[in-house]
Amino acid sequence: MQAVRTLSLDQAAPTAPDLARLVAAAELGHPPPDDNVPLYAPRRKIYPQSVQGTFRKIKWAVLLVTLAIYYLLPFVRWDRGPNAPHQAVLIDFPNSRFYFFFIEIWPQEVYYLTGLLILASIVLFLMNAVAGRVWCGYLCPQTVWTDLFFAIERLVEGDRREHMHRDQRKWTLETYARKGVKHFLWLMVAWWTGGAWVLYFADAPTLVKHLATLQAPFVAYVWIGILTFTTYTLAGHMREQVCLYMCPWPRIQAALTDEYALNVTYRYDRGEPRGSVTKAAELRAQGKPAGDCVNCKQCVHVCPTGVDIRQGADLGCIQCGLCIDACDAMMSKIGRATGLIAFDTDINIKRRMEGQQPFVKLVRVRTVLYAAVIAIAGGIMIFTLATRDSEGISSIHDRNPMSVRLSDGAVRNGYTIRIVNKQLRKRDFILAFNGLPASLIDFVGVPPREDGQLLIDVGPDQTREVRVLVTDYGDTPPASTRIVFRLTDVATGVQAEAYDHFFGP
Amino acid sequence: MAQELNEQEHKDIDPVTGTATTGHDWDGIHELNTPLPRWWLWTFYLTIVWAIGYWVVYPAWPLLTSATEGTFGWHTRSAVEADLNELKVLRGPMMDKLTNAPVADIVNDPQLLDFARAQGRVAFADNCAPCHGAGGGGARGYPNLNDDDWLWGGKLAEIEKTVRHGARSGDKDDHEGNMPAFGRDGILKANEISAVADFVRSLSALPVEKDADLAFGKKVFADNCVLCHGPEGKGNRELGGPNLTDKIWLYGSDKATIVQGLQNGRGGVMPAWQGRLSEPIIKALVVYVYSFGGGEK
Repeated sequence: MQAVRTLSLDQAAPTAPDLARLVAAAELGHPPPDDNVPLYAPRRKIYPQSVQGTFRKIKWAVLLVTLAIYYLLPFVRWDRGPNAPHQAVLIDFPNSRFYFFFIEIWPQEVYYLTGLLILASIVLFLMNAVAGRVWCGYLCPQTVWTDLFFAIERLVEGDRREHMHRDQRKWTLETYARKGVKHFLWLMVAWWTGGAWVLYFADAPTLVKHLATLQAPFVAYVWIGILTFTTYTLAGHMREQVCLYMCPWPRIQAALTDEYALNVTYRYDRGEPRGSVTKAAELRAQGKPAGDCVNCKQCVHVCPTGVDIRQGADLGCIQCGLCIDACDAMMSKIGRATGLIAFDTDINIKRRMEGQQPFVKLVRVRTVLYAAVIAIAGGIMIFTLATRDSEGISSIHDRNPMSVRLSDGAVRNGYTIRIVNKQLRKRDFILAFNGLPASLIDFVGVPPREDGQLLIDVGPDQTREVRVLVTDYGDTPPASTRIVFRLTDVATGVQAEAYDHFFGP
Repeated sequence: MAQELNEQEHKDIDPVTGTATTGHDWDGIHELNTPLPRWWLWTFYLTIVWAIGYWVVYPAWPLLTSATEGTFGWHTRSAVEADLNELKVLRGPMMDKLTNAPVADIVNDPQLLDFARAQGRVAFADNCAPCHGAGGGGARGYPNLNDDDWLWGGKLAEIEKTVRHGARSGDKDDHEGNMPAFGRDGILKANEISAVADFVRSLSALPVEKDADLAFGKKVFADNCVLCHGPEGKGNRELGGPNLTDKIWLYGSDKATIVQGLQNGRGGVMPAWQGRLSEPIIKALVVYVYSFGGGEK
């Protein structure tokens, strides 16, 4: 329908006014403008070539570890005793609990999640300050699953050359068969991804059994369907489009980065001018400058987002370093030093051009600040988790009526007390009250013990709400008095307190 | 399409990127005409197709007197009904327990007490709060349910009877008994009313007027009031006669209010809720009201 936008010059001869514009653009050092800009650009299909090397190995390792965690974690068991589920990681919506190994989070402790999100974002910023978008290249789910889908594609349809060739010639039955197998495998992986997702929300072995025998709740199948669809679409079809058009991180990252961050960089000081090995040898023999880049385009062919790193920093570059592997392999083959593309900075390129030593500056204001914030936020979280109370008490004063006059003239206030027991066993508490000398405390529905103390038991991992009445028999109750409810664990003597007020009539 | 664009007159080329601009200019900033990805266009078309599907399966088009129904038969009202039914099933076992347990047992079962109080809180706000206040604090003429003064008794069974049958409600088992209009009906003269009002204030140690004749008031009280309010003025729950010796006054303790009551009588109405509310909800209300101030043992 529309012409593919192209940057090459081998088009029909330009007309006179066009020529002027071409000259103007050329003077600015830019490719000529293309007048045939369509409203919608068709996607340029990317056929990334397989590659071997250090960064590819790291990428495989990260892929294996992260996917293994994702797929297998729900099956890890963790013994919590008789009153709690035995799944190490479980988001229990019906009982509103989140279990993570030895940690159990209640809904009112959702600030741990906030802390975790703060930590995650600052860690992301720190990674960016040190080595650019390594999150995008190695750890982002989009990258991991896309990488897995690429691997399947190469397995079924062949590497770049074979795949492109097969796509471009007339499609045979074999082409269709291979594509069918590929999509089937993709769907299987996507389905497994959705299947693993729901296992985080229920007892995994039971749910697997129920899913297989069609007894699982409908919502489980719906979520598997949704996750299957998104995985298949995003990792199989959208791929680099997610990074280029959907993800906000490249935009934020560009604003957060600085000139000292290590980025995948083409060292043009060494690479330019490009030329073949023979041509370079000729030039060098004549004492003319010749670069190490032989223009083999291996760096472009292996790139999963279709970037030509030699054009400089690019929004599409996810810093996976596969072009480094490709270039290093080529340089080794032709007997030149590796590292024509490397994690480096523009500053170093300029320094080398001026004959200075390159350097890596890891300790900068931003890296120190990020590390400090991570240490503080992490420290606070660890401290609060370690010193977290397993019991709690809260009080709500009656709003209407604020205070009640009794028939003998005494004044009474009503409170709703909620007692929290976060331990996985039943506990007995004594509730006492302080702040009004001539007063009585009374539970509604709980008779006092023989010694007059108010004893209340709270079931394992539960809360209990009791209505408490405080009656003041003093001659002149003050308008507002601060009072305290004290909870004491009968077995251990551990205490918790809640403050409230007593109001006169 | 590309050819048409080519022939447009106003084509500006951004010198830095070499990309055509849309011709829009904001304080010197030009918008580049960078093409959107093709899949974006297809997604847009897909939303249109989706919208058509939506029109078909869901209620969408307004007609003259109704709207198209949609092939799914989905409706906001039926969705709410389904949600309510789901809730009913969820609460079923506890509701059954509440229906079958005597109120005395509900108070002794912590779990059932919690459930009854939660149900009672909502039912109270829906049905009782207009007169008794959101927290049962009462108002002039409407008893405070948090105190220890009970016109018809504060034991669980007594509260239950009042909730079920009401007071002066017309129910055959309701609480009967009025404060007569002693003045308006000519039973007492003005001076007798004034004297007995002073005497009643003296019962709960409230100051009386200097020229009050308490002895005369006491005689008037003995002749007219003891049947309902008792010989010592401590009230009679059989007839709903309030205790006049305590610190709690339903209508007010000033003399003018007491005189007004003597003149025109009193007789606030509490409706009968049996038949209007379901069995478990009535029980929940009884327990909830009882838990305001602990009722009477």
